[in-house]
Amino acid sequence: MTREQTTPSYPPPTPTAVSAPFWEAAQERRLAYQRCADCAQAVFPPRAHCPHCWSESLTWQESTGHGTIASFTVAHRPGHPAFAELAPFVLALIDVQDGFRLLSRLTTNPEEGLAVSAPVRVVWESSGDWTLPLFELITVDGGP
Amino acid sequence: MSPAAIVGIGELAPQRYSSGATTLSMIARAALEATRDAGLAREDIDGLLVGPQVGETPQHVPATVAEYLGLHPTMANVVDLGGASGAGMAWRAAAAIQAGMCQTVLCVLGNINERGRVPRSPNRNPIREFDVPFGASGANTSYAFLAQRHLAEYGTTSAQLATAVVAQRENAQLNPKAVFHGTPLTVEEVLASPFVVEPLRLLEIVMPCAGAAAFIVTSAERARDLRHRPVLLSGAGEKVTHRAMSQAPSLTSGPLKAAIDSAYRQSGTGAQDMDLLQLYDCYSIVIALTLEDAGVCPVGESGPWMAENDLTWRGPKPLNTHGGQLSFGQADLAGGMSHIVEAVHQLRHEAGERQVADARTALVTGNGATLSEATALVLQREDS
Ligand SMILES: [Zn+2]
Repeated sequence: MTREQTTPSYPPPTPTAVSAPFWEAAQERRLAYQRCADCAQAVFPPRAHCPHCWSESLTWQESTGHGTIASFTVAHRPGHPAFAELAPFVLALIDVQDGFRLLSRLTTNPEEGLAVSAPVRVVWESSGDWTLPLFELITVDGGP
Repeated sequence: MSPAAIVGIGELAPQRYSSGATTLSMIARAALEATRDAGLAREDIDGLLVGPQVGETPQHVPATVAEYLGLHPTMANVVDLGGASGAGMAWRAAAAIQAGMCQTVLCVLGNINERGRVPRSPNRNPIREFDVPFGASGANTSYAFLAQRHLAEYGTTSAQLATAVVAQRENAQLNPKAVFHGTPLTVEEVLASPFVVEPLRLLEIVMPCAGAAAFIVTSAERARDLRHRPVLLSGAGEKVTHRAMSQAPSLTSGPLKAAIDSAYRQSGTGAQDMDLLQLYDCYSIVIALTLEDAGVCPVGESGPWMAENDLTWRGPKPLNTHGGQLSFGQADLAGGMSHIVEAVHQLRHEAGERQVADARTALVTGNGATLSEATALVLQREDS
């Protein structure tokens, strides 16, 4: 038996019983997040309990997918070998308008405009069996 | 905090790669050295604090280490705070002694680092689920976010961040155990090293090594009967706030601020009292953030402050006189213990050529995960 040399595939998401609705929504290109029915705060990543008030009444909501960059890095030497060929790429912490922060990747390496506070919006990308929420810069005229 | 003291230290010189060693064997070498340094014997150790060892011993670490060393401790536990584990052990040892659970505690950390071995965590926690699939594996990206935010918010420059790295490298030239002993460094060389995760470059990022370190804690009263001048644990503080960088309460200040405040308060000291700063340094940016959280310089001004002050062993605010992990080497979790071991050398006035004149009080910090797990200690030379 021979073993072919292949590029390691991207590590897929690892949904749990609690987070599964996030990834199911992603398949439909909807950015889902939770909001606490008791204290009204946004909750991410998905939980069975609100970290702000310990309520178990969390409801799934659909995000606008718009936000701003809280910080970013251009990754030249990624930690996981599967991403080596993609480098350099931009990873960012994104403050989503709905009140939560997540980590994602930008779809392209912008030649200009990449900055803390720059506005971004979600762009869906298929990766194997999964659909991932990536982001792109919103340019001044509203589109790339 | 009931008076407790560090009475013995042991440390292997970090090696870039190990071969033929086990984690247990490295831990044992450091533990034996610390016990002998204290003038104690195996039978005197009745408390044991160890770190997690995901690879070799996933569970039951204290029992495994105790069995290896022939210890029968009456207090045994794992301290799982990443780079803060070493500092976290110090106050836990003192607390266990105060609680009457034991009298003399061995605190030990270490790990192998074999060439070609790529550790991959088998976890399924939120980081694995929501960071790794996007290309963010390991700590580098998290600290790059912190650095980028500091640059954007305060106008800090990479050259300023590099000055601390270079000062520590100068200190390491007087420490034969340092992995970069014999390899001086300039700011220009740091800035010429390749980007790993912008704005962080290769020489601003700690190098993984193999090694181990240990220290022994006992009551201040018992410490006075032992070989060395006791180094008192005068204050401690700890705070844990998050695991993933995306969940950090702040990108410009960490839980170390509260931990350091607690250590100052318990010891009745402040930033101005520190003769020595042994600050956890996995990345250049962590030094900058810790200087601000410690009140050594105003918030946002660590960049110019580092560039304007002499941070070497001979300056007014000596920083990481052993070289810091960036120049001494980071032997996994033992890297965070190197700051304590060096503080003990300095406060005993046994640091040789790099001795800080009349060092009496030191701030030691530990930092784990993504600026999430913080422990701070104030250590003091006991007056004669
Ligand atoms: Zn709530």
